[in-house]
Amino acid sequence: MSKWFFPASVACALMFAVSPILIANAPFESTMGLVQKISYYHMPSAWIFLIAAVVCGVASVRYLFGGGARHDRVAWAAAELVVLFGAMALVTGPLWARKAWGVWWQWDVRLTASLMGWMVAVAYILVRKYGGPGSDKLGAGLALFGMANVPFVYVSVNYWRTIHPKTTVVPTLPLSMGIPFWFSFAAFLLLFILLLRMRVRLEEQRAELDAVYLSLE
Amino acid sequence: MSFLRVSWLVFRKDLTVEVRSFEILATSIFFAVSAVLFFAVAFVQEGRALDGAAPGILWIAVAFAGTLALGRTFERERQAETLQALLLAPADRPAIYVGKLLGIVTLLVTTEVVLLPLIAYLFQAPLFARAGWLAAVLLAGTVGYCAVGTLFAAMLVRVRSRDVLLPVLLYPITIPVIIAGVRATSVLLEPELDVAMIRFWLSLMAAYDVVFITLALWSFEPLMTE
Amino acid sequence: MITFRRVVSGLLLLAVVCAASTAGVQASQPSEPEQLSEFVPIEDLPPQEELPAAPLLIAAYAFVWVALFAYVVSLSRRLGSVAADVQRLEREVKKR
Repeated sequence: MSKWFFPASVACALMFAVSPILIANAPFESTMGLVQKISYYHMPSAWIFLIAAVVCGVASVRYLFGGGARHDRVAWAAAELVVLFGAMALVTGPLWARKAWGVWWQWDVRLTASLMGWMVAVAYILVRKYGGPGSDKLGAGLALFGMANVPFVYVSVNYWRTIHPKTTVVPTLPLSMGIPFWFSFAAFLLLFILLLRMRVRLEEQRAELDAVYLSLE
Repeated sequence: MSFLRVSWLVFRKDLTVEVRSFEILATSIFFAVSAVLFFAVAFVQEGRALDGAAPGILWIAVAFAGTLALGRTFERERQAETLQALLLAPADRPAIYVGKLLGIVTLLVTTEVVLLPLIAYLFQAPLFARAGWLAAVLLAGTVGYCAVGTLFAAMLVRVRSRDVLLPVLLYPITIPVIIAGVRATSVLLEPELDVAMIRFWLSLMAAYDVVFITLALWSFEPLMTE
Repeated sequence: MITFRRVVSGLLLLAVVCAASTAGVQASQPSEPEQLSEFVPIEDLPPQEELPAAPLLIAAYAFVWVALFAYVVSLSRRLGSVAADVQRLEREVKKR
């Protein structure tokens, strides 16, 4: 591992330890009250979910059209993180919605599209894990088609009721709510980078291991 | 040989093989019909069908039968090891894809023709009241579903657990077609026809078809290269 | 002769036409949603508000922490087992 990895992980752990204190001290939201405090983890995890999905898609396309094995490793690592952060966003969301909207789930555009993206990532991992040889190209194709699918999900669900808060809440946040929000977003982003690096490292070591095996035979 | 000629030849080859035994068509139809019968047992109580169940059941049956047909079509090529030969032929690879796609769409449309009267009868749904619109909806949806399915099934030929993985890959990607198909079919079953709505769903499906066929043609070459 | 390129460019043109027609119908759809566009902070919270929300809040944070912990543990275990494999192999190579 490179030199920055260890100090960065310590910093990340500290940020995650401090974030609940900041969140606890933030003011309550006027209409939703206490339950709105879920957003300090829900929104960052949803954003990282999106970032990871974009990383996975771009790396897959680059791998598919002539890129090296490095892109494939990044794509696989990012797909696993899509599942992790997607699970966080998809579990914390309904817990918030139960109080704020009165229902656990709503077939709203954002929710449906997120669920679809998460399912594509799960399918990607299943293919990579159980597909055997040749599954790298297959996974890349799946990621490519999954990306192309997102606008269609948006249009097709768009006429159903949309009650999810707009993302424009973020720039309008007052400072007392903005600081804990951006702090936990930074913590999540750092966490994503660290986990991605670690996961890519795992693939690199596996590739090395395969090379050693081949040289033995 | 031109692009369309290659596609036509692949399509005709698949059709000839199928007509000799009717293996895929017969099994797919049987499978779809039994699925619909299961739904009828579950959702028709005391002679009355659940409101709005028919469109969903139609599309679920089509999707399931489609998975089966897609898997079988390429399994046949794999067993005879003819897909390699086909890919080695001095022809445009995308043309081979188009030929395969045409074959599978034909199979599924035939299955739908059998399913429609059955569903209309069992669920008391006036499916044939607007037959022209329904045909357009079914064709657009089937093409979209098969466009993605043909590419994935072709890729899965080289992969180990291909039977389980085909639905795993196919269903998340085809969610918009299924949503659009079910919604459009329910619009057609309303007493008053909402033309704007049906045109919206149809153009959405057409856009999906075009985008995904283009993507498939574009990525078929790199995806099928070892 | 119809080439692949021409087919693709024709399809792309069609896609643009379809997308344009879809967009037209989309605009005519009634827009109903009442979306929240702002979070407004308040100083105090009515006490009856706090009680039912607390378990949801705790569950949300607990899930995030547990999921994170589980993933880090699984990742480090996988890394450890690969590293052990590499070491074992290296020893075998030296023996030969």
